[in-house]
Amino acid sequence: MSAIASAPAIASAPTNPAHPWIAAEHASYGEVTALVADPILLRTAGRRWWIAFGVSGLFVVVTLVAIYVLFTEGIGVWGVNSTVVWGYAIASYVWWIAIGSGGTLISAMLLITRQRWRASVNRFAETMTVFAVSISGLFPILHLGRPQYFYWLAPYPNTMLLWPQWRSALVWDFWAILSYLLFSILFLYVGLLPDLATMRDRATTAFGQAFYGAFALGWRGSAHHWRCYETLQITLAALAVPLVVSVHSIVGLDFAASLMPGWQETIFPPYFVVGALFSGFASVIILTALVRWGLRLEAIITVHHFDAMAKILLLASIVMTCSYATEWFMAWYAGAPADRSLVTFLFTGSSAPLYRTQLLFNCVLPQMLWFAVVRRNVSFVVLIAIGINIGMWLERILIIWNTLSHGYAVSLWRLFYPTLWDWALLFGPVGLFVFFFLCFVRLIPAVPMNELRKLCREEHVA
Amino acid sequence: MTKPLVAEFRDAESLLGAAVRLKREGHQLLDAFTPFRLPELDGILAAKPSRIRHSMLVGGLAMAAFAYLLQWYSSAIDYALNTGGRPLNSWPVFLLVPFEVGMLAAALSGFAAFLWNCRLPCLHHPAFDTAQFERASQDRFFLLAVQTGEEERSASLRELLMHSGALAVREQGS
Repeated sequence: MSAIASAPAIASAPTNPAHPWIAAEHASYGEVTALVADPILLRTAGRRWWIAFGVSGLFVVVTLVAIYVLFTEGIGVWGVNSTVVWGYAIASYVWWIAIGSGGTLISAMLLITRQRWRASVNRFAETMTVFAVSISGLFPILHLGRPQYFYWLAPYPNTMLLWPQWRSALVWDFWAILSYLLFSILFLYVGLLPDLATMRDRATTAFGQAFYGAFALGWRGSAHHWRCYETLQITLAALAVPLVVSVHSIVGLDFAASLMPGWQETIFPPYFVVGALFSGFASVIILTALVRWGLRLEAIITVHHFDAMAKILLLASIVMTCSYATEWFMAWYAGAPADRSLVTFLFTGSSAPLYRTQLLFNCVLPQMLWFAVVRRNVSFVVLIAIGINIGMWLERILIIWNTLSHGYAVSLWRLFYPTLWDWALLFGPVGLFVFFFLCFVRLIPAVPMNELRKLCREEHVA
Repeated sequence: MTKPLVAEFRDAESLLGAAVRLKREGHQLLDAFTPFRLPELDGILAAKPSRIRHSMLVGGLAMAAFAYLLQWYSSAIDYALNTGGRPLNSWPVFLLVPFEVGMLAAALSGFAAFLWNCRLPCLHHPAFDTAQFERASQDRFFLLAVQTGEEERSASLRELLMHSGALAVREQGS
C-alpha cells in the first residue's frame, strides 16, 4: 500500500495547451487515482462540507414539513385555484426532470461522440440525474388531490376490477419517470463498477473494504470484464439518448395533448427536450464549479471543460430562442384569436416582467458566450448558468400561469398567487438535492478514475 | 498443468509488448488485468464478441410487446370504456408506455447478461490472492499466462516475462 502514490503530486498548474483536459505536465495513474479517491478515503469532511450539510439539512426539514402540511390539509394550502389548477408543483416537476434529462444527455451523448473530456464531468452529471429525477417524481404525486391513491396508476390485480386509464398523461408520466429513474440508476452503477473496485482496493478500514467490495461485485479488471463493460456502457448510452428524448417529450405532451391555447402545439415535445439540454448543462456547469472548488480538482477540471460546456450552452440558447420565436410566429400566422391574445398577454399581461426576465436569462445573456474571454472565465460561466436555471424555471411556471389564467373563457380568467407552502416546496427540494449531493461526494468518487487513467494515457501525460 | 504465472507491469505499453511477444513464442495467454480498458488486448487475446446486445434486444422487445398487450387487453377487452368516442385500441398513445418500459427492460437484460458473461458477482477469485493485485485497479498492469508443456518451457515463460519488462513474476495466488 505504501508504494502507491497517496498524496496528489499533480499540482493545479496553469492550463497546458498540449493537454487541454489535464492541467499538468505529468500525471501518473497512481496520482490521478489518489487525487479522486483520497479525499473520500483518507481525509475528513472538513468544515465547509459540514456547514453545507447542516444548511441543506434545514431545507430537508422544510421539505418534509411542507409535505406533511400538504398531506394533512390538502392542496388548498397552495395558491392553485379552479382556473389555474396547476402551479409550482408542475413547474418544479418539469424543471427537475429537465435537469435530470440534461445530465443523461450530456453523459450519453459525449460518450457516443467519443468526447474525451467527458471523463471529468460525466459521473456527477449522472448522479445529478438520479437525484433530480427522484425529486421530480415527487411532484406529480404531491399535486394529486388524493396522493394516497397514487399507486392506482400501476396496473395490478385489485378488488375494484379497475385498470389504469392508459390514455391519461398522468399514467404516461408514471411509467416514464419510473423507467427513467431505474435506467439512470443502472447507468450510473455500471459506470461506477471499476471505480468501486478501486475504492475497495484502496480502502484502509475493514468497513470500507466490505462496503465497496460488496458493491464492486468482485470486479477484477480483466480484459474480458472491460470488453463486456464497454459494450454494455456504450449500448446503454445509445439507449439513453432516445429514452431521455421520449421521457421529456412525454412531459411536453402533458401540455400539448390538452386543448389549451399556448399548449396545444406540435413544437412542444422537441422544445421541451432542448430546454432540458439547456438547463441540464447549466446545472452541470454549476456542479462542476462546486466540485472543482470543494474537492480541489483544478488539475483535472480545467477551463477547457468550462469552455466546451459553454459552447453547448450557447447552441442550446439559440435553439431555445428560435423555439420562443416559433411560438410567437405561429400564434400570429395561424391567426387563432385565443393564441394571439395569449402572446399579447405574455408581453403585456400581469406576468410580463417575469417573461422579460426569462428572455433576458435564456436568450440574451447567454449570447455573451460567443466570446472566448467569457467562456474561459469560470465565475462568468457559472453566473450565466445560474441565470439560465432561474430563467428556465420561470419559463415553466409561465407556461402554466399564462395559459391557464388566460384560456378560452374570458369569464374564467384568474391569477395565481403563491402561498408560503408554494415557496417551501420550491426551495426545500433544492436543499434536498444539495443534501443528497453532499452525501454522494463523500461516498463515491465524483470523477470516474478509470476514465481519467485512460485519458492520461491518451494525452501522454502518464 | 502447473499454476499460471502473473506478471506485473508498470504501464500499458510494456504489458502489450509482452503479450505480443508471448503469443509469438507460442505461450498461452489467459487474461490481463488492467486499471482501464485496453482495446488492443482484444486482438491479442482473440476475444470473441459478447452477446450482451442480443439479450438487450430480446429483453426490450419482449417487455414492450407485453406492455402493449396489457394495454390492449385491459382497454379493449377487460374494461372497455368508451371515452369520448376514442377507439378502444388507441394505438398511437398506447406506444408510449411500451417504449419506456421496453428501454428499461433492455437495460436490465443488458446488465443481467453482463453479469452472466463476466461471471459476476464473484467476491472471491484466486487472482485476488496474488501479491500486489490490489494495484490492478489502480496503476499496475497484470498479465496471466500459462505454460502448457514441460518444465523447461516453464522456465522460459518466466524468463520471457522478465525480459519483456515485468516488474515481478509470481504464481497466481501467491
